[in-house]
Amino acid sequence: MSTAIIRNGRVIDPVNKRDEVVDLAILDGKIADKSAIKNQKAETIDAKGLIVAPGLIDIHVHLREPGAGHKETIESGARAAAAGGFTTVVCMPNTSPTADNPATIAWIKDRALKSACVNVLPTGTISKNIAGEELAPIGSLGQAGVVAITDDGHCVQNHELMRRAIEYARMVGLPVLDHCQDYNLVGNGVVNEGYWSTLLGLPGWPAAGEEAIVMRNILLAELCDHHIHCQHISAAGSVRLIHEARARGVKISGEVCPHHIALTDEAIQNFDTNYKMNPPLRSKADVDAILEGIADGTLSILCSDHAPHAEFEKEVEFDQAPFGIVGLETELGLFIDLLVHKHRKIDIVHLIEMYTVEPAKLLKLDAGTLSIGAPADVTLIDPDLEWTVKIDEFQSASRNSPFDGWKLKGRAVRTIVGGKTVWKL
Amino acid sequence: MSTHWNRKDLLGLRELSADEINFILDTADAFKQVGTREIKKVPALRGKTLVNFFVEPSTRTRTSFELAAHRLSADVINISAATSSLSKGETLKDTARNLEALHADILVLRHSSAGAPQFLAQWLKSSVINAGDGAHEHPTQGLLDIYTIREKRGKIDNLNVAIVGDILFSRVARSNIFGLTKLGAKVTLVGPSTLVPREFEKLGVTVSHKIDDVLPKADVVNLLRIQHERQRKEYFPGIGEYTTLFGLTKERAKLLKPDCLVMHPGPINRGVEIDSEVADGLQSVILDQVTNGLAVRMAVLYLCGGIAS
Repeated sequence: MSTAIIRNGRVIDPVNKRDEVVDLAILDGKIADKSAIKNQKAETIDAKGLIVAPGLIDIHVHLREPGAGHKETIESGARAAAAGGFTTVVCMPNTSPTADNPATIAWIKDRALKSACVNVLPTGTISKNIAGEELAPIGSLGQAGVVAITDDGHCVQNHELMRRAIEYARMVGLPVLDHCQDYNLVGNGVVNEGYWSTLLGLPGWPAAGEEAIVMRNILLAELCDHHIHCQHISAAGSVRLIHEARARGVKISGEVCPHHIALTDEAIQNFDTNYKMNPPLRSKADVDAILEGIADGTLSILCSDHAPHAEFEKEVEFDQAPFGIVGLETELGLFIDLLVHKHRKIDIVHLIEMYTVEPAKLLKLDAGTLSIGAPADVTLIDPDLEWTVKIDEFQSASRNSPFDGWKLKGRAVRTIVGGKTVWKL
Repeated sequence: MSTHWNRKDLLGLRELSADEINFILDTADAFKQVGTREIKKVPALRGKTLVNFFVEPSTRTRTSFELAAHRLSADVINISAATSSLSKGETLKDTARNLEALHADILVLRHSSAGAPQFLAQWLKSSVINAGDGAHEHPTQGLLDIYTIREKRGKIDNLNVAIVGDILFSRVARSNIFGLTKLGAKVTLVGPSTLVPREFEKLGVTVSHKIDDVLPKADVVNLLRIQHERQRKEYFPGIGEYTTLFGLTKERAKLLKPDCLVMHPGPINRGVEIDSEVADGLQSVILDQVTNGLAVRMAVLYLCGGIAS
């Protein structure tokens, strides 16, 4: 088992209100007191000038297995996660077959155990085959080890079915994550409804199509007294609704992907499908509202919605291309660059909380802290390192990123899982 | 080649300058003369191959391009989606690159997806001519409409042009908006609020939902086909109500100035967006549009085909 000492880093452990330059000891894959490794042979890791953070958690990734290994595998996706500074990823259930049954969950867990260099935690579906028509076996999925249920990529339209799913999930103690999209309002929309959709003649996806379901989720969270987490918030109205509801004590939360603050729908003007994602890139006003929502705590979790697609799948007509971009290897750099440096909305401690404490709390994970005895999942971050995104250097099996060539400030330089370095710059 | 033109592709009117648009129209003037000769053929594109690649059905536009190419002495191949490999699952990019490998010089593309011509143009050395992409642009239709207005009225600047009908889903409307506003026309869009959303005002045009207020001031009325069969039924209650509120009936036509031009890109739904008497009346230039379409397409093929070589 791995034993190490990380020397002279700035240890930031928000759970323990800790922020100090100190050595961090690892014994047998767990965080240990320094005295415990006194007589042990330990690897020394120099962290001078670096932040030593609890291993980062991304609660929203698509690893594409089973069913689409040509886009990504659990193995390659985990390597991408490690290269991005993530020690734990939560994978979405919209695979083929969908993760709507214990056998598929068991397959994913087995695959992760055998091939993944980071912790891979599966989610199960809300409805059978993500069809939105009848409940998936949520209790059995819980027993099989899912950390949450979601129909991500799709959205249960039947409010009654959603209500029963939430009540059932409450009984078995599973959080509910929801991709917020009203199918009637959104129709065949592929880009934000507004100036650019009007100009380009592309079908519009109005912000109200997200906000309507965020509102629905707020009402159901109150009705069922259970937590609902709204995925990839893109619209100003959603931020306002969540802000008001949280102020009233409703169990509702929201997450942010970097593309929704780094870009606006202006980016679609050349019909480049690397700017096509769901929900779509929105307006400057939406970006500003999301930035404020992050600053005031309304939006509490950062994630990627890592959505790998093969080049030949993206190199098609805009409206026919699949939604989504890869994100694991750019998200931390983008968020540090934009939130901490450029817009100065939050400090690095708050950012680390949003990647550790908050996701661990939402999904009740034994992660996100550097407490003695916790798994030695640690991310070393250089918040001031300037680097350039190069898609050809990605660990991910896919290259569908709009950020190629972006110059960013801040990135992870070493990723440690269970005391073992799984990636370093 | 002239210094006025250096594009191998015609993807839309939005990216063209007023000078470039005028240059195409001037070139079309010369080609229109060709159509009045006994021998209606010039050798401008002799030895070149043009592929009419229509991924969405069309008769009128495809025929016009085909005839234009023949008159320029190009060899023409027609491919429709039903006969192409797209129906076997080949991607658009692969199909187009295969055509290029067969030395196609000019690819005329009609496609149901907005941006499809832009997508192909970035991969191909051949000229790509947009013959209509989704609800985005139909630049040769926009050009022939503008050509017809210029021919009949002698100018574009300061004319009041009303475009009536389904604007939201119309590529003809967008190309007309981009082209006409660049040349100084005042464009008013007319139709139900669901098909003419206020967002269009940001494109530098006026939006109206009252046709009777617009017609008396108009120098040109361009009526777009109401494609009721293709529309989701929530956009308007029905054809009857559309005609009542927005149809250019013969009664309404009395509101028009005597020299106002009545235009329609075709095919016409007689009795829906326009009454037969008006479509066939003295103010109608609908068939002139068709004739001018040929000259404009010859000009576009000649200019772009010349650059690609």
